[in-house]
Amino acid sequence: MKHIEIKIGGFGGQGIVLSGFIMGKAASIYDKKNATLTQSYGPESRGGACSAQLIVSEEEVDYPEVQKPEILMVISQEAYEKFTPCLVKGGILIYDEDLVNSVNNLPKETRIYSIPSTRFAEELGRKIVTNIIMLGFFTAITSVISYESMKKSVLSSIPAGTEELNLKAFQKGYEFGLEKVNGV
Amino acid sequence: MNNIKPAVLTGEHFMNGDYACAEGALACGCRFFAGYPITPATEISEKMSRRMPEVGGIFIQMEDEMASMNAILGASWAGVKSMTATSGPGFSLMMENFGLGIMMEVPCVLVNIQRGGPSTGLPTLVGQQDMMQARWGSHGDYEVIALTPSSPQEMFDFTIKAFNLSEKYRLPVLLMSDEIVGHMTEKVVIPEEKDIKIVNRKKPEKYTDKYLMYKADKDLVPPMANAGEGYKVITTGLTHDEKGYPAMNAEAQEKLIKRLCDKILKNKADIIETQEQETEDAEIIVVAYGSPARSALSAVKLARKEGIKAGLLRLITVWPFPDEKILEVANKVKTIIVPEINRGQIVREVERCSYGKCNVISLPKLGNIHTPYEILKVIKEVSL
Repeated sequence: MKHIEIKIGGFGGQGIVLSGFIMGKAASIYDKKNATLTQSYGPESRGGACSAQLIVSEEEVDYPEVQKPEILMVISQEAYEKFTPCLVKGGILIYDEDLVNSVNNLPKETRIYSIPSTRFAEELGRKIVTNIIMLGFFTAITSVISYESMKKSVLSSIPAGTEELNLKAFQKGYEFGLEKVNGV
Repeated sequence: MNNIKPAVLTGEHFMNGDYACAEGALACGCRFFAGYPITPATEISEKMSRRMPEVGGIFIQMEDEMASMNAILGASWAGVKSMTATSGPGFSLMMENFGLGIMMEVPCVLVNIQRGGPSTGLPTLVGQQDMMQARWGSHGDYEVIALTPSSPQEMFDFTIKAFNLSEKYRLPVLLMSDEIVGHMTEKVVIPEEKDIKIVNRKKPEKYTDKYLMYKADKDLVPPMANAGEGYKVITTGLTHDEKGYPAMNAEAQEKLIKRLCDKILKNKADIIETQEQETEDAEIIVVAYGSPARSALSAVKLARKEGIKAGLLRLITVWPFPDEKILEVANKVKTIIVPEINRGQIVREVERCSYGKCNVISLPKLGNIHTPYEILKVIKEVSL
């Protein structure tokens, strides 16, 4: 893995940019790679289309934008429709099956992984941790960022007092991802 | 007020450019911030509102940008390093009092995280359309210093550099960043406090009641007595004499304005910074600043892989403009390409300084940075 481009899409308020931040921090501060995070959003603070773009590279990142992501993680139908055409051939699509329900017309090479993360989050008692479940899932599915670094990054990026809930959420997504990868 | 948290957050951080700018200011001793939040500079105010009380400084959310600029001038006269941050619409409002800061020779830093304009334009998308406003936005004749960072690390480093230049040459210094750099998050390394080079304003050597507010030393910069230290501190936006008294005549105007310009122009060698990559044998040079410099570097690397002798000249200080450096490059190369997120502003300076010695191509773009391939395409066309 020399240079990998990741895009995360959803609505403002879902923790899209925070997810990108946690991934980027894990890659750059704990995995000691180069990481550049950019974001795009509308004038609304919540509810508008929102995306985070992350480049993780062993070399210095010059051009900061993601045009053809190798990994796409989406948490809304709108983001799915908007961003899947950019996904590279044979790329990885990760989505929340509770919020993205119509997945079709994808090239057959696309590697598709879905998780009911909103439902899992509700089961844990707080819908707000949906994105952290997605991050655990992402960690298990892709090998871009190490498990330990991602865990450290989650813990250092969330409000004090929420560690236990977030760790549970992260672990839930991670274990579900491992099952998917191992075909259990 | 006591420090309850360190001002210098030594260590490695994954931090956006706006936050890095705020941390740079705090690390070099800025203890007063007055501003009015505006996308995409809001994160600077936000960070300052949280951090200033932690380090014993003052944060004020002002009623508007005119008042913000005035407040930081006042704070600086009181001896405190001060800063404000804004974007296009607020930058326009600050221009009047920016001129006051130039005339009164007040060290402080004005940050512009540029977005698309004119007017309210494109709040959440990038622009570099205020580069000429930075140079000429306030009325009258004057010289400015403007720095253009390309990364969050440089947002930290150049904010410190901006403060140092403002203290050394006694003027408001402009940090002309852009939305992409302000909102981009990357690793930022904050050094140990002892390793941060800090320049403080020159003070009068010893107390005398004959102290003259505006009597400059050989370097054309007058030592600065802060208000409240016992000196007779008189300052005005009117043309003034060495005492600081208004002097309404041609001789005083000639003397003062010439010195205000010369203190920058005669120290250009100390102020101007550029950075070159792959320029030694280059036949085509891209001149870029801010976020497009990143696309330009990528394009130059791609061109080199195809055997094209391309290089990058990155402007770190856009103002004062590096006239001599551009001429030196123009004498060596066939073509200079200037990608900017505007309709072509700095390219005019490049044309002016290259005296027709080489071909100069403007590569304008609006609302986003150029992709490396857009720049590479032009490099390839001119290499034929």
